[in-house]
Amino acid sequence: MKIACFHLMPYRDLEPDFEQKHKSAWFTLPFEGVADRQKVSQYYNWTLDELEHAAKLGFDGVCTNEHHQNAYGFMVNPNMMGSVLARATRGTRTAIIQMGETAVFLNPPIRVAEEYAMLDSISEGRMVAGFPVGLGGDFSYSYGMAPIEQRARYNEAHDLIVKAWKSHEPFAWNGKYYQLPMVNIWPKPSQQPHPPIWVPGNASPSTWDFVIKHDYSYCFLTYFGAKGAQHMVNGYWEKVAAAGRDLNPYRLTFLVPVGISETDEQAEADFGAATEYFYHKLLHLPEQLMLPPGHMNYQSLQHVFTKRPFPPFEELKRHRFKDFNEQDFVVCGSAKTVTERLTHIVKTLRVGHLLLLPQFGSLSHQRTMENIERIAKNVLPQLRPIWDNEGWEDRWWPHAAQPLRQVAAA
Amino acid sequence: MKKLRKKIVPVLGGALEMTVNIAGSGPPLLYLHSAGGFVWDDFLDGLAEHYKVYAPHFPGTAPGRPNDIDKVDNLWDVVLAYDDLVSALGLKKFRLMGHSFGGMLAAELAAQRPDAVKGLVLIAPIGLWQEDAPYTVANWTALSFPEIMETLFHNPAHPRVVKRMTPPADEDAAAMWTVNFIWTLGCTAKVIWPIPDKGLKKRIHRIVAPTLVVWGENDRLIPPVYAQSFHKAISDSQLLMLPACGHEPPLEQCEALLSGVQTFYGN
Repeated sequence: MKIACFHLMPYRDLEPDFEQKHKSAWFTLPFEGVADRQKVSQYYNWTLDELEHAAKLGFDGVCTNEHHQNAYGFMVNPNMMGSVLARATRGTRTAIIQMGETAVFLNPPIRVAEEYAMLDSISEGRMVAGFPVGLGGDFSYSYGMAPIEQRARYNEAHDLIVKAWKSHEPFAWNGKYYQLPMVNIWPKPSQQPHPPIWVPGNASPSTWDFVIKHDYSYCFLTYFGAKGAQHMVNGYWEKVAAAGRDLNPYRLTFLVPVGISETDEQAEADFGAATEYFYHKLLHLPEQLMLPPGHMNYQSLQHVFTKRPFPPFEELKRHRFKDFNEQDFVVCGSAKTVTERLTHIVKTLRVGHLLLLPQFGSLSHQRTMENIERIAKNVLPQLRPIWDNEGWEDRWWPHAAQPLRQVAAA
Repeated sequence: MKKLRKKIVPVLGGALEMTVNIAGSGPPLLYLHSAGGFVWDDFLDGLAEHYKVYAPHFPGTAPGRPNDIDKVDNLWDVVLAYDDLVSALGLKKFRLMGHSFGGMLAAELAAQRPDAVKGLVLIAPIGLWQEDAPYTVANWTALSFPEIMETLFHNPAHPRVVKRMTPPADEDAAAMWTVNFIWTLGCTAKVIWPIPDKGLKKRIHRIVAPTLVVWGENDRLIPPVYAQSFHKAISDSQLLMLPACGHEPPLEQCEALLSGVQTFYGN
């Protein structure tokens, strides 16, 4: 299997009473008076240092994402981060995973087709093209588009981008949301016809249908841990099987915040504060800001309000580190414990790509670098061979980034 | 309360069916509801004493037809849908009234069919913009329920407010009440997101009907200075400012509003 290093790039130094003083860590939070400009410069550079460190120590890929107007994570253009990382890892087999630049935030969305093609060229064909639907609040509150249009715009933007990559001739696009007289992008991606596509989601069945129809890899980005994810992941695999697709584990990518300490007992001292900071401060996000009315269609709204598949973030404020760690929201402990728990998660959910988050919440640069070293040394070698005996081909990984042992085996 | 009759009316060449609630007798009055959705309340019941009230659901907000919102893409589609509706209902000359979001639609419709409107009542309408009194759709979609109560009403403890804003006791029914509330905000937001300044200022001069602009003096959602903006922009208009009243005059000042409307239409 593959293990990549993901980063959210949060603001790491919010005040202890932050969530009492502010309505939200997103959208309405002023920069002035909360954030320090010098620290912000430092965070971007720490983030790049941490991801480069992970690449050097043998993670299979490095991964960045896009959000807006928040303290949770402000890589507003992941391609700026990705291009630095592509250049820094030149000549290696590290995948550059963009998780990703969000097409519906941009108009025209072919800007994503162009930037991804450029980044795939700089990385010499090592890029994974993430296609996020995008957070409702980002789309509607930060970028001003009607919530009820997000899914339809996403579908159209996707079709346009893929056609822009595949088409051998310039073409006119007369869509419902986008009209372009000449689509003729320069450059085309290095990978032909385009980089592998991953679609992140949070267990929305309409996203599963989309992913399965197009034969992409689904990237389940949950904040609520592997245990709570089991029945949702089962739902995904049932749909995969029902569509007649194989059960190739590389169809599923899964995110886990991870912390390795000397001992299990030491984990709370090392990662407790950072974990609670993540859930209590960075996810200080009222539901009505995250999900503006219309973002979810009527059927999904009914499902969410009558079944409540996820707890509201507000409820998580009562949980402490011990709760988060016990429920696998984070996986923290000794190297042995973490390896065992991750192995269990990978096998029970049938995960082919694991995205590990070695920096979360307020975790310091130094502790993050140590964490990356411990993961690389103790966890990666143990997890890598998990699916080897089943002989699956990872069709969702850039060829130029396939580990040499797998290239040789094929 | 009067018994409502429902009528399904095809508009936009049959692409959309609108659901209209009808009650009362007298001259026809078309009432366009706010972003909170259609509810037959004491105010509409009072109007139906004197008029035959036609109260359509905005597309997507009629019970059992959520996906109808997909059939209108923008404000122009919506104005034409209501224009078709007026024709299909056979309303040659009619009184027109709208509240908040519905007030904006009523103003648009009155500008689109200036000669058909016999008297226009705009209750705290959205649709205009002043740099010194900014408001956006987020002012009502980005609020928690307690914040909605605080923003929308002058007196959240008013019995009519309590009755309207208390979810059903049954847990499943309460969940569906919330779902419908959120969905209605989502549908109406489609044509006004993110700021309801969609060009009414360029069309409002076409309104020739005598117009009554009503505003709650304590409206915390849409600043009452907009009462003056509408008053200035519509040549034959008068103002009714209601004391002890927020953004929902039909709930908080039902009697005063009914009496003001009667005086206006009586003239």
